[in-house]
Amino acid sequence: MQIVSEVREPLVIGGRTVKDVTNDIARHVENPPTRLWLICMAISILLLGVGGYFVGDLAWNGIGRWGLNKTVQWAWDITNFVWWVGIGHAGTLISAILLLFRQKWRTSINRAAEAMTIFAVICAAFWPVIHMGRPWVGIYWVLPLPNTFGSLWVNFNSPLLWDVFAISTYFSVSLLFWYIGLIPDFATIRDRAISPTSRFFYGLLSLGWTGSAKDWMHYESVSLILAGLSTPLVLSVHTIVSFDFATSVIPGWHTTIFPPYFVAGAIFSGFAMVLTLMLVTRKVYRLENYITLEHIEMMNIIIIVTGSIVGIAYTTEFFIAWYSGVEYEQYAFINRATGPYWWAYWAMMTCNVISPQLFWIKKIRTSIIWTFFLSIVVNIGMWFERFVIIVTSLHRDFLPSSWVYFTPTIHDIMSYAFTFGLFFFLFFLFAKFFPVVNMAEVKAIIKDSNPKVYRARRTLVNEPLPPLEELAVEKEKTEVR
Amino acid sequence: MEKNKHFLVGVFSDHDDLLHAIEEIRAKGVKIYEVYTPYPVHGLEHALGYKRSWMPKAAFAFGALGTTLAITMQVYMMAIDWPMIIGGKSYLAIPDFVPVTFEMTVLLSAFGMAGTFLVARDLKPHKVPRIFDIRATDDKHIMAIDLAANSLSEAQMTTLLKEYHAEEVYRRDFTDEENSPSFISYVVDLFTNGVTRSSRISTHR
Repeated sequence: MQIVSEVREPLVIGGRTVKDVTNDIARHVENPPTRLWLICMAISILLLGVGGYFVGDLAWNGIGRWGLNKTVQWAWDITNFVWWVGIGHAGTLISAILLLFRQKWRTSINRAAEAMTIFAVICAAFWPVIHMGRPWVGIYWVLPLPNTFGSLWVNFNSPLLWDVFAISTYFSVSLLFWYIGLIPDFATIRDRAISPTSRFFYGLLSLGWTGSAKDWMHYESVSLILAGLSTPLVLSVHTIVSFDFATSVIPGWHTTIFPPYFVAGAIFSGFAMVLTLMLVTRKVYRLENYITLEHIEMMNIIIIVTGSIVGIAYTTEFFIAWYSGVEYEQYAFINRATGPYWWAYWAMMTCNVISPQLFWIKKIRTSIIWTFFLSIVVNIGMWFERFVIIVTSLHRDFLPSSWVYFTPTIHDIMSYAFTFGLFFFLFFLFAKFFPVVNMAEVKAIIKDSNPKVYRARRTLVNEPLPPLEELAVEKEKTEVR
Repeated sequence: MEKNKHFLVGVFSDHDDLLHAIEEIRAKGVKIYEVYTPYPVHGLEHALGYKRSWMPKAAFAFGALGTTLAITMQVYMMAIDWPMIIGGKSYLAIPDFVPVTFEMTVLLSAFGMAGTFLVARDLKPHKVPRIFDIRATDDKHIMAIDLAANSLSEAQMTTLLKEYHAEEVYRRDFTDEENSPSFISYVVDLFTNGVTRSSRISTHR
């Protein structure tokens, strides 16, 4: 018996040619900034400035400004840290794991997703640094420096130190992977440049790339190995973040399910953030031919899978708490669902477990409005997940006399707003000065996406043909200016 | 060092045409200097007869160095230089050293390999690339044939390239200055005379 698989929709639609790819992507770098971009940038800088005032206050007066107290010693700070790190997982997943699995649909989204990863990890790193209270000395406290430097060696038995190594390795390797991917595209922009300034700067960034066959051969080898290295790396990062909790003795934290559950949650929230950003970028930059509904559907499917894993993890935690027979553990979980923070728990359950299940309906997972809405819902849910794990496990500790209810102060809120300002400031800079889609990789799949080639393939397997005009209809809409 | 100066350049639009042309032309005994493509073309290095990339070896060597350094560092600090009892565990708590060892292996492997790649291929910010045809980073595949290295005449090779669907064939001569360019004079020239060639406009050569 011969099985003929269905011919997949072309990954790039609208009959784009290799030349069109260069024009469509590079023109955003070459054209002067639009009014919309300037407005967005101004808002980000405003957020960065106002948030920066509160961050400066934190550095000057200390983190007592936050709503922390002796029972709840960790709250929004570590919640935001884990949330941002989680968001920073999708980029490397898309560029590394999907590269190893030869998922070509990643080519249109990997560049922006990786950029998002890097900026999210910067925002994440901000939290432990500011949490040190004196960040200017905190920078060397975490380094393995000799005892004569002023303190003892760092403690390699501590998961917090593993985190230092994990986050900094993840950040620098992601940055490297991203930059290596950018080199050929910088060369494209260099060779298109008309002004000496942009020829000079993109020339520096492109490292003298010419696209020779030998360069490409080594380049592809390097990319593949970087993908191979990043795959266990991306899984290790959130595993180690979960160790911060899992190796402790706090009921509600010391569970062995944490590493896989955190990794699934990270991919879940990361994809949601990629969707939020990509849907906007797609609209503003008119990338409908490159980021098609099929791309959006693929990402939504990953959201269903990881969302369901997260849902199973929530129920497993409850089951194990009951099954263990440990009453402290049982109380921690009953308190989560019915205690003073019941609203946070049910917000998490609704946003993370119920809402992504809507993507089983094809109409919803191929709808841009629904996808955009649900991607934000998922991100809210994932923030609550971390808040629930952290605060509800702490706020009723071993002595009922010290039970408290944590409320954030303006400093908690504004330092969180600061990281948003930072994130969007960096993202808008990226979107203006760097090519948002990996041109070289998209060009490599353009021939397979040619409407004629696609029609020929469908003829080979006797599938009904769509009219040629239908495939080319998008072309007019996004014709190069 | 005397560098090659006189080249014949063939321009291709389709990568399958290019691969076919490379195979046929090489079979006829023509030596191809190098091919420049805007994106990685699958099977190009095989068609040109290049040896497999040795980058995996560099990655392995640097990775092994990372593992060794990480283990040495942790064992020295935790068990030799300043042993301390932490949580009643042994000084040499090997399982605790796994995460950092893994991270350092990845870190050194990735940066070592990428650094090797940049050094081996001479990619650096102040490099002035020798560009045959500026469209090679846009939409054309460029084949360069060194005239001095081949016994066939220029006319014969032009016919051969045209036969295998080269869209354009032209001669490209480099001056000594273009062959070993100085970054300083490139920058000075750029800012005094402006950009002379761009793949955005038609003056591509």
